[in-house]
Amino acid sequence: MSKPRVATVWLDGCSGCHMSLIDMDERILDIFERADLVYSPLVDYKDYPEDVDVCLVEGAVSSEEDLHKIKMVRERTKTLVSFGDCAVTSNVPGMRNPIGVAPLLDRAYRENVTLNPQMPSEIVPKLLPTSTPVHRVVKVDVFLPGCPPSADLIYTMLDDLLAGRVPDVAGSRFGR
Amino acid sequence: MSTVFTFRIDGKDVAGSEGQTVMEVAEENGIDIPALCHLEGIHDRGACRLCMVEIAGSPKLAAACMTRITEGMDVTAHSELLLEYRRTVTEMMFVERNHVCAVCVANNHCELQDTAEELGLTHFDLPRISPKVDIDASHRLFAIDHNRCILCLRCVRVCDEIEGAHTWDIMYRGLETRVQTDMGIPWGESTTCTSCGKCVQVCPTGALFEKGRAVARGSKTRRPFLPWMKVVAEERGL
Repeated sequence: MSKPRVATVWLDGCSGCHMSLIDMDERILDIFERADLVYSPLVDYKDYPEDVDVCLVEGAVSSEEDLHKIKMVRERTKTLVSFGDCAVTSNVPGMRNPIGVAPLLDRAYRENVTLNPQMPSEIVPKLLPTSTPVHRVVKVDVFLPGCPPSADLIYTMLDDLLAGRVPDVAGSRFGR
Repeated sequence: MSTVFTFRIDGKDVAGSEGQTVMEVAEENGIDIPALCHLEGIHDRGACRLCMVEIAGSPKLAAACMTRITEGMDVTAHSELLLEYRRTVTEMMFVERNHVCAVCVANNHCELQDTAEELGLTHFDLPRISPKVDIDASHRLFAIDHNRCILCLRCVRVCDEIEGAHTWDIMYRGLETRVQTDMGIPWGESTTCTSCGKCVQVCPTGALFEKGRAVARGSKTRRPFLPWMKVVAEERGL
């Protein structure tokens, strides 16, 4: 029997949740004895594969690229985990929501710039009107709040998911 | 001597004196009913709606902090339905303004955050309103960030009932409701504020905070005047 296929995705977040994942230390060996890591910013696979069993999504959905990516990830994934506060509540990326995209970009790329003020128009994806939690765009199966969720919580959740149990996220908390 | 009433909370036989609230008797008996506006030493107001309980024979829910006990009443303080209501109420507090725990001065010293954790609230089904909300940092020592205010009105009550200054009050209606200082002028220009800081100490979230405190450094666990508050309240027969 082949091992469960695990992926992680990084949308609009600071990568702190991925750092917390690595913070599991040697327990990460236990997890990936039992599962294959098939896609992640931590490894070098270029394309998100088909038939992923569990995917941890860090970050809010803030740009057209995020939106495109999360929809594709959802289609190819059985259990989608909203991983950390940005994915769960939009958290810090969502602090721009009351401001609006145009004034925000103006502030960042024109008002406070002395050398060659201009709007970025190439390569960087277009921002969505608001930065939103993942579950407002696609269906989410498990929520793990925390900024970041602790390594212990991540381990417990992955351990449960790989063993086919309903994941226990007790002790998780916004912020922290 | 006041009359003693015996009644039940969650099937447990309890007793209290006439005039006590369901909340008070629950606290005395170690029954935890979630609440964010209730604070021992100031008048209850029934603002947060987290302490809603079922009373047998009544078609409506009642706020435990506002309901006087009666002989033989049968109170349900914990049920699946009440848990669901309490989660929704807490969720509404989060989505109404802009709570960002990760960058809040009260992170991990916040009663709203505690309540969400206790109730097992892991995400919000309701969309966030994301209103544009002001911060008033005109006071020399303190600031108020309305983004984090849940309108529990502890600040209004402690300022009026304990400090006797009544600097704080409320203005506007509905989603626009704001706590305000001296008829809506900047806090720093208030002529009634004594800068005692009681409002900051009783605030359950990071809405009221001491200036100069970094993220997660706004501990409010030192509330040395709270026992004194209770004594004053008792002496005045409040």
